[in-house]
Amino acid sequence: MTASLVAQVAIGGLLMGLVYALVAAGLSLIFGLMDVVNFAHGELLMLAMYAVFEIHAAFGLDPLLQLPLVAALLFGIGVAIYRLLIARALGVRFNTGMVQIFVTFGLSIFLVGAAQLAFGSDFRSIDNGVLSGRTVHLGQIVLPLPQVAAGLVCLLAFAALMAISRTEFGQALEATREDRDAVALIGIDRDRIFSLGWGIGAATVGIAGVMLANFYYISPTVGSNFALIAYVTVALGGFGSLAGALVAGLLIGLVEALTALFIDPSLKQVGVFAIYVAVLMFRPRGLFGRL
Amino acid sequence: MATSPRPNAITRRRTRELVVGAALLVVLALLPLPIAGTYLRGLMVLTLLYAGLAQGWNILGGYCGQISLGHALYFGIGAYTSTLLYTRLGIPPTLGLFAGAALGALAALAVGWPCFRLSGHYYAIATLVVGLMVLLLVQNWGFVNAAMGITIPFRTESWVQLQFRVAVLPFYYVMLGYAAIAWIVAWVVEGSRWGYIWRAVKDDVAAARSLAVRVFPSKMAAAAISGAIVGAGGALYAQYVGFIDPDSVLGLSLSVLIALPAVVGGVGTLWGPLLGAAVLIPVQQLSVAWLGSSGNGVDLMIYGALIMGLALARPQGLVSLFGVRSQAGGEVVDDA
Amino acid sequence: MTPDPILRICNVSKTFGTVAANVDVSFDVGRGEILGLIGPNGAGKSSLFNAIAGAETPDAGEILLEGKRISGLGAVACTRAGIGRTFQVVRSFDSMTVLENVMVGAFARHARTRPAMAQALEVIAFCGLVPRADVPAHALTPPEKRRLEVARALATQPSVLLLDEMLTGLTPTEAQAGMRLVRDVRARGITVLMVEHVMEVLLPLIDRAVVLHLGRKLAEGSPAEVVRNPDVIRAYLGDRYVA
Repeated sequence: MTASLVAQVAIGGLLMGLVYALVAAGLSLIFGLMDVVNFAHGELLMLAMYAVFEIHAAFGLDPLLQLPLVAALLFGIGVAIYRLLIARALGVRFNTGMVQIFVTFGLSIFLVGAAQLAFGSDFRSIDNGVLSGRTVHLGQIVLPLPQVAAGLVCLLAFAALMAISRTEFGQALEATREDRDAVALIGIDRDRIFSLGWGIGAATVGIAGVMLANFYYISPTVGSNFALIAYVTVALGGFGSLAGALVAGLLIGLVEALTALFIDPSLKQVGVFAIYVAVLMFRPRGLFGRL
Repeated sequence: MATSPRPNAITRRRTRELVVGAALLVVLALLPLPIAGTYLRGLMVLTLLYAGLAQGWNILGGYCGQISLGHALYFGIGAYTSTLLYTRLGIPPTLGLFAGAALGALAALAVGWPCFRLSGHYYAIATLVVGLMVLLLVQNWGFVNAAMGITIPFRTESWVQLQFRVAVLPFYYVMLGYAAIAWIVAWVVEGSRWGYIWRAVKDDVAAARSLAVRVFPSKMAAAAISGAIVGAGGALYAQYVGFIDPDSVLGLSLSVLIALPAVVGGVGTLWGPLLGAAVLIPVQQLSVAWLGSSGNGVDLMIYGALIMGLALARPQGLVSLFGVRSQAGGEVVDDA
Repeated sequence: MTPDPILRICNVSKTFGTVAANVDVSFDVGRGEILGLIGPNGAGKSSLFNAIAGAETPDAGEILLEGKRISGLGAVACTRAGIGRTFQVVRSFDSMTVLENVMVGAFARHARTRPAMAQALEVIAFCGLVPRADVPAHALTPPEKRRLEVARALATQPSVLLLDEMLTGLTPTEAQAGMRLVRDVRARGITVLMVEHVMEVLLPLIDRAVVLHLGRKLAEGSPAEVVRNPDVIRAYLGDRYVA
């Protein structure tokens, strides 16, 4: 095993980690805003990937060019989910915590079924995009271009998300998070902020989905794996923390790749989970969690 | 001081529960006689199994308020324990059942020990992750045949071995017994010191501590009972189906399936798991049978929509339709 | 000083970050008395209250109940030793009825349901909550919730009952009823330690007062002595009111 192979695997893991981080960021944003864990998060990713595939098949539009389109589409889906389901789930008088968990679980089952109905259960992939099959050479290290592009785009999206959190809107988000009742008094429309939060959360997943569709298979159940990693990322980084999601995403990508290389590819997630359990022993609220 | 209190709302309610429970048991014991179809009987077997499993989940998730998304772990441990004892050592599943329950309880304690320090969503996700970790390990563990699973060979028709040429009707009574025992356990603990303490822990930990409630041990007790009931269910399921593999007895979707009847029926209530299973399992199975056989996804859409609809329309659970008070913070507005 | 102390606070200090909540506070609580722990906001009452109830551990000093140290043992051990407490912001178990709430307290002394229920019913009658026994706790009025807190704590059979701002925010009529309840509690032989920041409501009720100010003990004595103490007047009203 050469050093360049290890470096290549490690960099590949970090690139994937950036995708994980972006998927997790959407989840974390929504959680931080309203204490809701979206158990249909992976299905949003799946919807984005199918959108890319179908648009590509119908109009030949390259996945990369679809970024704004699919992000906007997912934004709309996110807002719709909030308005139709989550707003109601938050309004129930009983068991609010449990209702939101199982409403989003029900949604995830529903969306998997809908995808099966609309797109069939076969695995699909896009292999004639602009990026497909190309590689990047850094000395001895060879990296597939789709992964490199995915990592970079996700990093950019992450930076944009960080920037948003510093704007006036971001401050409003923060205020809503800090004190839900007080914001109503100072004239921030809570419902509007929550809708936007869901829109942005879903749009970030949409961006990750577009980049993933360049090199990952597409199926109705593809979301569950990524969702699982996203929950672990968010819990590891600390619920509601963007920086935590980034660090934890990178860590998970790296550990996953190295476990696959040094131990066994089929155990790569066990390595990730072991790190998670170890960290939670010492920091029950995650690396960046507010204690 | 130890004079017996006059009958009050609590003692009256508990007596009524016993009477209704006994009547229901009689009805359920007679039910398969007019219903002859193997398919419908099989449906009833599954419904009773999930009624028992959800009753077990409800001890920890409902009364004690620790929303576990990893109960498939205890189910799988029960299933693998009794199956391995039977196929490797010839120990009859009627005994393996207890070994499975004991190991299920031990596993629940082992998971609870680190996880009960976590609160809210952190706890739910930790249980989910631990469950999946074990799933992945078992998928790669050659000793238990890894992802290939284990087939339980048919040897001889026997109640001790829980093996029957035509398994559906005998297993209907096995599962009825299982669901009944789970119900009785829930009835007993609900009226005991533990039942009160768990609900106090769920509602307000600091107030519970001020009343000398030892929070961590009480959660561990709930976990052990919960894990034992679900572990026993896993052992029975393995014997009924005759084949187990990691995905079918340890998967994430199973963890949700175990919790759902309690959630839909009414968390922290005695009748919730039963009622929820009676609604959810037939809907799920029948929609697969009628609509989903071609894998077109309509069955999943119906099931998902049903879960969303019931959770939103009846957040306090279906039991509220019968005027049973919700245990989860809120009086039931009787709008029936 | 106090002839027969049941509870002794000995040189207790507690710091949160850079804020000294309690500095070397010492006083005794006599058996069977109603003692008021008073002081303006930020005097360190809550911190001391929580230390006695076991919810917090003092940095220095110790708290003795019947001569045995209870400080630093945790809330559960303190309750077992005989300290009962209420919360300033009521913390009822909202999914449970009044009777069930009080039974949780009774289970501190009884392993079995039947005696626990009998004791809970007795305490509920004592606190005047019989008509509300089967009502869910969340449906109670605010003064009823305060009564429920007292009933729950009494069910643990305390020898000392700590009441945290039990009379604050009540109407005069409700406060009168609350004071009757406190006197009844003392008549059961239970020592009462009440924390209030409004002195006036407390003075007719208590036997003695301990005044805290900026974390230190400022004065101690009968209500009449305490209100005449210039340091106390200064702490509450500012310098210009001191003759």
